[in-house]
Amino acid sequence: MEKVTSLASEKGVVLFSKSSCCMCYAVKILFQELGVTPMVHEIDQDPEGWEMEKALKRLGCNGPVPAIFIGGKLVGSTNEVMSLHLGGGLLPMLKPYKTLC
Amino acid sequence: MSSLSTELTRRMAIYEQFHQINKWGDTFNGEDSPKTGSSTVLQVDVRLENKAEYISSEKTEPPRSDQETNKPTDKIQRRLAQNREAARKSRLRKKAYVQQLESSRLKLAQLEQELERARQQGLYISSASTGYFGLSAAANAGITAFEMEYGNWVEEQNKKICELRSALQAHITDIELHILVENSLNHYCNLFHIKADAAKADVFYLISGIWRTTAERFFHWIGGFRPSELLNVVMSQIEPLTDQQQLEVYNLQQSSQQAEDALSQGIDRLQQNLAESVATDLSSGNYRAQVAAAIDKLQALEGFVKQADHLRQQTLQQMARILTTRQAARGLLALGEYFHRLRALSSLWSARPREPA
Repeated sequence: MEKVTSLASEKGVVLFSKSSCCMCYAVKILFQELGVTPMVHEIDQDPEGWEMEKALKRLGCNGPVPAIFIGGKLVGSTNEVMSLHLGGGLLPMLKPYKTLC
Repeated sequence: MSSLSTELTRRMAIYEQFHQINKWGDTFNGEDSPKTGSSTVLQVDVRLENKAEYISSEKTEPPRSDQETNKPTDKIQRRLAQNREAARKSRLRKKAYVQQLESSRLKLAQLEQELERARQQGLYISSASTGYFGLSAAANAGITAFEMEYGNWVEEQNKKICELRSALQAHITDIELHILVENSLNHYCNLFHIKADAAKADVFYLISGIWRTTAERFFHWIGGFRPSELLNVVMSQIEPLTDQQQLEVYNLQQSSQQAEDALSQGIDRLQQNLAESVATDLSSGNYRAQVAAAIDKLQALEGFVKQADHLRQQTLQQMARILTTRQAARGLLALGEYFHRLRALSSLWSARPREPA
């Protein structure tokens, strides 16, 4: 759990993913379109991946991936990110972390 | 001698019984032959008639002592002949019936074979009696239920469109119109609910678009209509917009398009991955792991359909939020009419005269 929370606070936009997960790929594409480069952690390639998975599940991510953190706080999975974006709330959250203008 | 007379007496008693039965048969059927149900009677008749022939051929002369015995003998002979005829007819009918059963059985086996072949080619054949889609019984039930529920949904949708149309023409109050708008939106929610159930039964059924009409299927995107399609239809019908509304509409169009693109690219990636894993030489020994990975990828499709439906729902909700009640009503009417016309177009297309091949 500590690893997850510490990694989540390392950068503004953090995405926990699995290299085989295509939904995670879709979320990566979305962030790209919004001009944001998230810090991506492929937990299936991490030696502590299994613990990280359990930690994410305990935080409420059923996937458990993709799991998106903005400003160190958990936003949620694909569902939450999509709802937020369509409601117009995602862009303001990402503004401080945009890599492109 | 005594054995013969007892034999005769016995025969007389049985013939008397037959006589009674035949008489009864005459009264009720107007036919000489008893019903086929009494086949045992006929069988006994057959045996006895053989015996009668045997015995009469054995004896040199029939008992001629009484006139009484002569008359019954003639009647009996006639009855016996009639019984024989009845038995023969019954046997022929039974033979014909059995032949019919046999040929029906063959035909059934042939049809089942054809059905199996068609199923293997991926055709969905809806059958009320078997309801078999090549899936488990539970999945079958799920898809059959969906087809029925979706049919009802479309009917109900047509009613709602008419309600909206007459409400807008009748200039009802905003409060009443709001109720209709909420009603309409809830109806779309219902659609997503029944689709979610169908996805659990068989996500490929939803993705194939076979549950939609031909023209709708042309626009099919991950199990339904595109959110951008929805917005294009609605927004063309709801001028004028305030500046604030224009901005919000623009943002909604942008964000839904971006989300749509992301999901499209995700599913393309999934296709690619699946193709690669299926194309990999399976003799490399890791067969079971590869198959498991492929199954996982197919499973991932469920997630995409779920997200696509979520996107559709969110687009509808946000659109309703941005617009005034009256604008939302007009927008929903336009959307409903659009799909209705697509379905009507599909019917025209199917019914169009074609040149023979």
